[in-house]
Amino acid sequence: MKTPIYMDNHATTSVDPRVLETMLPYFSDTFGNSASRNHSFGWQAEEAVENARGQIARLIGADAREIIITSGATESDNLALTGVAEFYKEKGNHIITCVIEHKAILDTGHMLEQKGFEVTFLPVDKHGSIDLDELADAITDKTTLVSLMAANNEIGTLNPLKEIGKLTREKGVLFHCDATQGVGHMDIDVEEMNIDLASFTAHKIYGPKGVGALYVRRRKPRVRLSPLIYGGGHERGMRSGTLNVPGIVGFGKAADIMHEEGAQERENLLVLRERIFQGITREVEYVYLNGHPDTRHPGNVNLSFAYVEGESLLMGLSDIAVSSGSACTSASLEPSYVLRALGVGDDLAHSSIRFGVGRFNTEEEVDYVILRVVEAVSRLREMSPLYEMAQEGIDPSSINWSAH
Amino acid sequence: MAYSDKVIDHYNEPRNVGSLDKNDENVGTGMVGAPECGDVMKLQIKVENDVIVDAKFKTFGCGSAIASSSLATEWLKGKPIDEGLNIRNTDIVEELSLPPVKIHCSVLAEDAIKAAINDYKQKAANIESAAD
Repeated sequence: MKTPIYMDNHATTSVDPRVLETMLPYFSDTFGNSASRNHSFGWQAEEAVENARGQIARLIGADAREIIITSGATESDNLALTGVAEFYKEKGNHIITCVIEHKAILDTGHMLEQKGFEVTFLPVDKHGSIDLDELADAITDKTTLVSLMAANNEIGTLNPLKEIGKLTREKGVLFHCDATQGVGHMDIDVEEMNIDLASFTAHKIYGPKGVGALYVRRRKPRVRLSPLIYGGGHERGMRSGTLNVPGIVGFGKAADIMHEEGAQERENLLVLRERIFQGITREVEYVYLNGHPDTRHPGNVNLSFAYVEGESLLMGLSDIAVSSGSACTSASLEPSYVLRALGVGDDLAHSSIRFGVGRFNTEEEVDYVILRVVEAVSRLREMSPLYEMAQEGIDPSSINWSAH
Repeated sequence: MAYSDKVIDHYNEPRNVGSLDKNDENVGTGMVGAPECGDVMKLQIKVENDVIVDAKFKTFGCGSAIASSSLATEWLKGKPIDEGLNIRNTDIVEELSLPPVKIHCSVLAEDAIKAAINDYKQKAANIESAAD
């Protein structure tokens, strides 16, 4: 077993060697611009791109012509929200999303509010689930778009896409799904789920960084968008710019592997996920699972270790790559907004660690991680005045602390 | 974020972790911070003849907070009690090469030192007035 161990697969994944191998010729011999219509270099590149587009489409049950290539999921999210809001503004000025969406959605929503649109941010319950009745009630005759994610990137909670799609279709509003974490890790079929737009990216499914996609439905209904980037009219005018051919080829291969192996991979991840959860909670007390206990991403374990601060725990796990919702790991000094929205206290938000198990993790690695976490938590608790109080029977939350 | 070698050293080998008897009349206890803010420091000193003969800490917080309090106990031990009050957070920042985002850890350590010394002085004053 090699260290450091990478277990932060919600942040990014390593490029699958099969993906890399498929990409390499497109950096050298087959370097053409896929928009060059009058020579073989261009034709070869175009053929490769169209093949990949088909592979990407197939992963979500779409048609190749419905895939717009972007630089990544953040751009896709921006394009979906802004593009729909602008194009349909005569019909209505209201869009609906949720407080625990990714910042690419939330910040775009705030920007649209500045421009005069109305945005509803739905709340979530303690597991990070929305209330479908609340969603139904929020839809008005001014609503053009509902944007809800497939799987949450921090806590792994899955949204009921099929039920959401049924509702939005009945109400005649568009449904955009940020499927960045969900693709390959849960069933996503744009037809069955009535998804009208979907964002996802290569680097979360063992493809390269810098290439993503926005699925845009072509029929029933045909979705129209105002572009964000103007130029040569690439991607049916919705996203100009010379295509990243090697990246797209890699994205296609990554999608193809996920399509073939995804179902088995989910089973494997579930085994590892449960092994981590059981292994840690068997050895350590005062550990709380964040997110939904069952309806969650198969590779996601998000735990709060009471009385231990997250960044100091990460420091104790120096040969393991995981992430924390602690404020200290970000520049903002605010703990995770996702955990806050769930009603997790700030003290426990500061104590959270996200494990993101992926394709290349092994049982041996998981066992090592368990061992190291148990060791580090025990050591830090010996050093923690809050743990000492808890041991003495004093509830730290009963103290009147002076916030600083 | 990269940690300085000194922060890592204090994190890996914290000096003077533990607790003193807070009911001992020679012991001063300072508890500062708040769990919601992600750091709580408990710093204790034991005083004999106006000299800090022992110091202990327990900290809930990031590596820099642990290092700041660990360093504080190291500096306090052996110091006359009034000199303890001269320790400034900027001294801690300099010694541990803390980046700007971690300066609040050093401020908290300075607050903990003051709180512990004041607690001891308060106790001593109470004992004196009880004796009068």
